[in-house]
Amino acid sequence: MAFQILLNALLAFTWMFMNDTYRAADFVSGFALGMIAIFMLRRFFPQRFYGYALYAIFKLIIIFIRELLLANLSVLKTVLSPKLTIKPGIFAFRTDLKTDWEITILSNMITLTPGTLVIDISDDRSILYIHAMDIEDAEKAIHDIRVSFEKAIQEVSGK
Amino acid sequence: MIVIAKAIVIFLILLGAILCLISAIGVLRLPDVYTRMHAASKASTLGVVLILVGVFFHEWFLAGIISAKILLGIVFIFLTAPVGAHLIGRAAYNTGVKLDKRSVQDDYGGFRNFVIKRKEDSYL
Repeated sequence: MAFQILLNALLAFTWMFMNDTYRAADFVSGFALGMIAIFMLRRFFPQRFYGYALYAIFKLIIIFIRELLLANLSVLKTVLSPKLTIKPGIFAFRTDLKTDWEITILSNMITLTPGTLVIDISDDRSILYIHAMDIEDAEKAIHDIRVSFEKAIQEVSGK
Repeated sequence: MIVIAKAIVIFLILLGAILCLISAIGVLRLPDVYTRMHAASKASTLGVVLILVGVFFHEWFLAGIISAKILLGIVFIFLTAPVGAHLIGRAAYNTGVKLDKRSVQDDYGGFRNFVIKRKEDSYL
């Protein structure tokens, strides 16, 4: 992906040199034309076209903001309810993600989502130990994490 | 236009301040370290970010300055707040802070005892 972006920037500079104009607007138009060229030549690259990854990152950010707002609503509800009826607990979550940066992003996002806080990651990086504010929601939380975050992160890394 | 801009700024900053207050109440009310970290890490993160966004819009709409420093601050808070919460929770567990008596499940305890036992075995 990084290689394709670098190539696209190089094509934009080539466009600027060919036009003999050196403004930001020419760089942008050259970048757009280079993107079209790279999209048409996408079968020659070992990875997929990088636009898909950019779109996946954008989607990840949208999911993240939505979950952050929901998290705050749930904390607000717990804190301001007259009686504390929570059942906290720690549950184990087996993740399919492999590389370090994927697990880092997943645990960061889990920490900022409704009622969950990552306590530890096992040494072989396959199990996340998550403290839940309400353990009865844990099954639902596991399902949500799997469906929304893990899938979104896997889409970014293109698997 | 100025009125709408001011209304947006007031709404954002007030909401952020209220969220910070709720997070402080949560730290007082909740029973143990881990549930307190929930309140401290989530509500105050969004509260501070909303205040920063409000200040950003204030500078932009009313003074015409686009301050990239505020945007950088938002990104840094999003990156560092969950890591801090994770490390405090982990350090608390590993120094032996008990879960609250309401807790119903502890998958991590067995894992930790297993690791400690394995380490003791390897020292022998």
